[in-house]
Amino acid sequence: MTNALLQGLLLGGYYALLAAGLSFLFGVMRIINLAHGSLAVVAAFALWLLADRQGLDPFLMLPLVMLPMALLGWLLYRLVFARSLRGGALTPILASFGLATVVDNALFQGFGADTRSLAPYIGNLAYESWALPGDIFVGQLAVLVFATALAVLGGLQWMLSRTPLGRRIRAAAEDPDAAGLAGVDTHRIYGVATAISLAIVTLAGLAMALRATFDPYSGPQQLIFAFEAVVIGGAGSLWGTLAGGLILGVAQSVGAHVNPQGFLLAGHGVFLAILVLRVHGGPALMARWRGLRGADFHDARATPPTMKVSQANRPSPPGLPSRGGD
Amino acid sequence: MAELLSAAGVGLRFGALTVLDGVDFAVGEGEAVGIVGPNGAGKTSLLNVLAGACRPSVGAVRYGGGDVSRLDAAERCRLGLGRSHQVPRPFLGMSVIENLMTAATHGGGFSGAAAQARSLDALALCGMTPLANRRAETLGLLDRKRLELARALATSPRVLLLDEIGGGLTDGEAAELVAIIREIRARGVAIVWIEHIVHMLLRVIDRLVCMDAGRVIANGEPRAVLADAGVIDAYMGAI
Repeated sequence: MTNALLQGLLLGGYYALLAAGLSFLFGVMRIINLAHGSLAVVAAFALWLLADRQGLDPFLMLPLVMLPMALLGWLLYRLVFARSLRGGALTPILASFGLATVVDNALFQGFGADTRSLAPYIGNLAYESWALPGDIFVGQLAVLVFATALAVLGGLQWMLSRTPLGRRIRAAAEDPDAAGLAGVDTHRIYGVATAISLAIVTLAGLAMALRATFDPYSGPQQLIFAFEAVVIGGAGSLWGTLAGGLILGVAQSVGAHVNPQGFLLAGHGVFLAILVLRVHGGPALMARWRGLRGADFHDARATPPTMKVSQANRPSPPGLPSRGGD
Repeated sequence: MAELLSAAGVGLRFGALTVLDGVDFAVGEGEAVGIVGPNGAGKTSLLNVLAGACRPSVGAVRYGGGDVSRLDAAERCRLGLGRSHQVPRPFLGMSVIENLMTAATHGGGFSGAAAQARSLDALALCGMTPLANRRAETLGLLDRKRLELARALATSPRVLLLDEIGGGLTDGEAAELVAIIREIRARGVAIVWIEHIVHMLLRVIDRLVCMDAGRVIANGEPRAVLADAGVIDAYMGAI
């Protein structure tokens, strides 16, 4: 049972990594990108091509694939989301669903139905593990993926709460019109956010291809896990997404421990149970839930950065009318 | 006085509804202009057109000698057009200082220490220094209005567009805001101010414009405009 819990947590790390980009994009733009899983598969195929055809190491090639994926994200916003957002909240979801179908079938057209994996290209790391007392083995790759998920979510949280770009993203996320009054170009920010989301998807695609096999139609399956993690954790909350991924991973792992058929069933069951609770649990329960999961996305709120402000700071008389850009 | 911001022959229509009908409006460098008029006269719409929140159906907006009609609000903000809303819209999830830093960095084009200095300056000017690290959603109405003003100031504007910033305040609070706006004015920032509370306006402005039914019906020395027969008609109805 301890083993099931531990393996579940590690699996949850993978789900959190998978869900990070989805959660981020939802937090910024209120768009559920249903092509998220399929785009992870695109990244996986790109890495696979480089590894299989050119013999290039997937880890070294990661930046090389991340960059075009980010560019693809920017194009995705400009060509699909920016247009579909004008049609209301539902249109981008439908557009991304259509995109997923196109991507899946294009991959099928190009690569056929064979299943692939990147595991053969990384040597021992694919199966090496550390032995813990009590006959528990911890896969090194699983730990690496878990650490990556932590780093990505922590990095996003830090970026949102501490950097000018993060402030700009939060401003655009909270009130696009008011953001304009603060000089924030919402369109550009949305484009950048989608690019960041797809850069993260590349990491998730690599993790997926290293830990298991994939084929052109793997996307939707991955999307479901990512989506469940996001919903369990509270849509748009980054640390919530981590919690959601872990809960989903543990549920699946414990489910499989109880009954070999229980893997998916337990995961979906916990997801549904939490969803029902959140919808019907009433405000009190929601409030308690919020307290439990801590910070929400829009505030990057867990640790609002404080700034030393001296009461003695008086306005400097001639300063104000001049422009910073001059 | 050099002309800083102007609207020439601006018309704004939503379908059959004419909101602005051939409005000419200008504010000079460092000038303070008040706008009054009955509800629905088109005051806020004029401000929207000036700030870039909506594009005029006809006519042009000029700023600093160039045509800015095709620029959006964010671009105009970066050029030096600050604006406050009738209902304050701070970024609620951010602290007060973060609100200002966002504006100073992106609207003002400052970076790092300069952005911080500009934010602190705007903060102090609006008397909000002790509230710097408070989350905006915990602020009351007066403080939200002051934050709205400070955020516009942090973008380092050359002209500030204020939309009924005095609404809903007590007399004492209104007096505080007037003092802040006078100080901003004294620093050479031009001001365009829509306000129903005329005695607040009179303590700041050089010139008063009265609008009715999408047109400018009077424009000139404040007390003369208030005494104008057309203006009295617009408010009271023709007797």
